[in-house]
Amino acid sequence: MSSIADTPIANGPAWPRLVMVGLGTLVLLFAAFYLYQLAQPLFGAILLAIAVGFAIIFGANRFYGARFIFPGVAAVLVFIAFPVIYTIYIGFTNYSSFNLLSYERTIEVLTSRGAVDPATEQPFAVAQDGEAYRIWLPEAGLLSDPVSLQGPDSANLAPAEAPASLLERREAIKLRSGLQGLSLTSPDGTIIQNAGLRTFASVTPDYVRTGPDMLTKADGTILTANHQTGFFEDETGAQVPPGWRVNIGWGNFERVFQSEGIRGPMIGIFVWTFVFATASVALTFALGLTLAVILQWEHLRFKAVYRILLILPYAVPAFISILVFKGLFNQNFGEINLILNALFGISPNWFTDGTLARVMILIVNTWLGYPYMMLLAMGFLQSVPEDHKKAAALEGASALRVFFTITLPQIIPPFLPLLIASFAFNFNNMVLIFLLTRGLPDVPGTVIPAGETDILASFTYRLAFDNAGQQFGLAGAITLLIFLAVAAISYANFVAMRRAAQKRAGR
Amino acid sequence: MIVERPRDLRIKKIAAHGFMIIFLILILFPFFMVLSISFREGNFSVGSIIPQNPTLEHWVLAFGFDYTRDDGSVISPPYPVMLWMWNSIKIGLAAGLGVLAIATISAYAFSRIRIKGKAAMLDGLFLIQMFPTTLALVAIYAIFDALGEVSPVLGLDSHMALILIYLAGVTLHIWTIKGYFDSIDTALDKAAAIDGATPWQTFRHIFLPLAVPIMSVVFVLAFIGFINDYPIASVLIRSESQMTLAVGSRLYLNEFKYLWGDFAAAAILSGLPITVVFLIAQRYLVSGLSDGAVKG
Repeated sequence: MSSIADTPIANGPAWPRLVMVGLGTLVLLFAAFYLYQLAQPLFGAILLAIAVGFAIIFGANRFYGARFIFPGVAAVLVFIAFPVIYTIYIGFTNYSSFNLLSYERTIEVLTSRGAVDPATEQPFAVAQDGEAYRIWLPEAGLLSDPVSLQGPDSANLAPAEAPASLLERREAIKLRSGLQGLSLTSPDGTIIQNAGLRTFASVTPDYVRTGPDMLTKADGTILTANHQTGFFEDETGAQVPPGWRVNIGWGNFERVFQSEGIRGPMIGIFVWTFVFATASVALTFALGLTLAVILQWEHLRFKAVYRILLILPYAVPAFISILVFKGLFNQNFGEINLILNALFGISPNWFTDGTLARVMILIVNTWLGYPYMMLLAMGFLQSVPEDHKKAAALEGASALRVFFTITLPQIIPPFLPLLIASFAFNFNNMVLIFLLTRGLPDVPGTVIPAGETDILASFTYRLAFDNAGQQFGLAGAITLLIFLAVAAISYANFVAMRRAAQKRAGR
Repeated sequence: MIVERPRDLRIKKIAAHGFMIIFLILILFPFFMVLSISFREGNFSVGSIIPQNPTLEHWVLAFGFDYTRDDGSVISPPYPVMLWMWNSIKIGLAAGLGVLAIATISAYAFSRIRIKGKAAMLDGLFLIQMFPTTLALVAIYAIFDALGEVSPVLGLDSHMALILIYLAGVTLHIWTIKGYFDSIDTALDKAAAIDGATPWQTFRHIFLPLAVPIMSVVFVLAFIGFINDYPIASVLIRSESQMTLAVGSRLYLNEFKYLWGDFAAAAILSGLPITVVFLIAQRYLVSGLSDGAVKG
């Protein structure tokens, strides 16, 4: 095998490459800096790491080989490994629709709220004054000193004539963020603020920041920041929304394991996830293998036609097939119930009865999945030596006996990794659950929404995205539990793969 | 093979064909139903399998045109199916090509270039590949929500964000292509090295042309995978005009607005191109699937 040391790495001078690498690194570094400035230190750090990696790997000759895999490894690290770690991190926080913001944003939101005094409310206009602006209050006939409208600012008002030209309203609206930070003092001492798109008024703030972790309410109540719960609280412990994200340690996990309302349905969902994945693999494998064996039979004609027709369910995009079945199984006007009703006089409640909904999911998944198994089985069956089967048949073994003692043991080893992979796929088969039942019908009497047909992944998804109180933190915690299960499956697959590879190499 | 008695053989043949035909009727039933529903009047499916008053209404709507009924009322298409399809194809092509580029180059390196820690990296990729991106959805949502404040191009509701996430699906394809490269004779690259070719030149002029068949397989597989994705797209995409086909199609069968007939026509229309591509490629897909999956 050729090694890097004795092959020329590149023809021609090195400087064009170094210039390119330098430029690329600069661009990445600038992007990282920009992200830091925008208060996204985490993403800044990731870009910084990419920039350093890029410079080292593409700059130094000794890492020549790594240049080829840098893009792939970077993509995997950034888009799989990082989100996975980030999800686990979220599992340890109270991130939810009640604790959505950062601490600084929470204070901003709270202190910007206020009660407008209607007596002082009056329209305003903005006049350009060189680089700066002046605020014109036509009702009081007051004009402000020039202000830059770049962040918080204050200015005095003085009686004046109307300015010669005023900005159009839409021009003024563009300055809104600057206007919001502006407070004006009239000659009589009242302080007025921007109270809406069109008016200035004296605003009594609901909360004033009076200390590093302290807000004072308009009625004098003192609120302190509780960094354990992520809320501002008064002495009685009453919380003022919105809250911010804080690290709550194992809190989410304690909820999962201790709250009966969560643990109960979760156990049910966990069991169903395993049953669903196992049954899906078993059914598709059995059906696919049976069909493949029949298609291999030398006396069968029209094999090509059968094969194409049998593959069709695999060829149609899954999301379309699943939605088609959703319609066909519809209780009131679905074709399946129409036919069942005509033939047997029954019309099952496929979507409202938990057991029937699970049966329906398995039927649809078998329909979707058997062609893949059939295609693979057709491939593997060809590698079973014909003379083994012949010898067994000459000894007087029946066709079934030949199949179970000769054929099956020979195709199971190469099939095993694929069966485990298929199990892992179904373990997280969100598309099917989501498009067919959305996890419904719901299990009655639970704290969090949990459905009879929910698998772990769809349950997590619903927790995070589907209900009113988006519980990202809890969803992250449950995701970590799923990760552990998936890690076990993928390790099993890894071992099975190795064995299959060794077996192949040994043959 | 084994000599069988003609009478037994005939019974077996009849049984096999009978089984096949009954099974196919069951399996193909949904296809016939959808075809029939798409030509039926109205959006509910009461009616016979062969429509009594066939209408092209659903098809006209699916193509994005207004339909004028006999009584003069004009029906507008409920959803922009063609736009969704274009979105899906655009995203699938961009992400598919990106994945192809990254996977081919990485696979070449993993197969032929000596790198420290290669075995460990390969094992790591294999293990990571088992973790579906859908599990990190919460984080993906949070990440792109935050990035959207930097630039809307990278935020929620952007196709770019979706493409970036799909690029992470590269691991499985690295394995598939590596399996193919491993089966190429090492004499080829040795000869190239003796002639003074750099590893990059060897890749560019020797491996790349050889890899065209497996690359087309990987591209089709990746493309179909991206078109079929529902969870990630449904989290990242919000507005109707940005939706992909998989996310949008769901709207047809809303409990309160059940457009069964319109859905049927749109489903056939949008599923057809992918189905055709798949049927053309299926022979190669199978070998690609099993080769890539089993070679360690």
